[in-house]
Amino acid sequence: MKQSTTTDAFLVSAYMNGNESALSELITRHKQRIYSFIYSKVFNRDIAEDIFQDTFIKVIKTLKKGAYNEEGKFLPWVMRIAHNLVIDHFRKNNRMPKFENKDDFNIFSVLSDNSLNIEKRMIKGQVENDVKRLIEELPEDQKQVLIMRMYKDMSFKEISEQTGVSINTALGRMRYALINLRKVIEKHNIVLTN
Amino acid sequence: MQKMYSETSRAERVNNMVPKEETIRFLLDYSKALSVIDYHKLKFEALLN
Repeated sequence: MKQSTTTDAFLVSAYMNGNESALSELITRHKQRIYSFIYSKVFNRDIAEDIFQDTFIKVIKTLKKGAYNEEGKFLPWVMRIAHNLVIDHFRKNNRMPKFENKDDFNIFSVLSDNSLNIEKRMIKGQVENDVKRLIEELPEDQKQVLIMRMYKDMSFKEISEQTGVSINTALGRMRYALINLRKVIEKHNIVLTN
Repeated sequence: MQKMYSETSRAERVNNMVPKEETIRFLLDYSKALSVIDYHKLKFEALLN
């Protein structure tokens, strides 16, 4: 009976002086208000439980370090800590939205890793080498236009200026280069896919 | 009808919630294990089991 009339300030002071049971009394006294406040914001028992725990871990650390000064009241101070942790929780979740996989929706069905893994990188390298070897087999004029267009990224106007032929001739050489490449690929059943 | 009116409201339910006993047990154990060591104006936290 005597304990319930003891003020928070007295209990805080007792706890700071090493009386562990004073903390138990403080938690028992205020747990419902603090927990209900947290739950009313997050509406999730597990999250509320975590925030309640983190709140009192901060309280315990501050009191043990002797960094608490009894300027305000104990409960408003703890509520302020809980309030800040609730805000932290929402900030963190906004930055990193959490998706839970359910039967009808799986986040990995819309997310994919576009970077090539080591196997795909090796295949890509092999395909590129095969294409280069095929290009080497083309007649010199067609090969020249194809390399300028595809590897050097030149326009047909630039190609025509550099090779001294008309744009139409350059276009025609490019067309025949592609036709010939396709023919060789089909003839030898070469697979050029990743 | 009686059931509807006698049901506790959501706000009332929210205001009567308490944390799990194990959470409180953890906090009390944590408090007992935590020791703050003062050394030349520096404070070190130590968890002693």
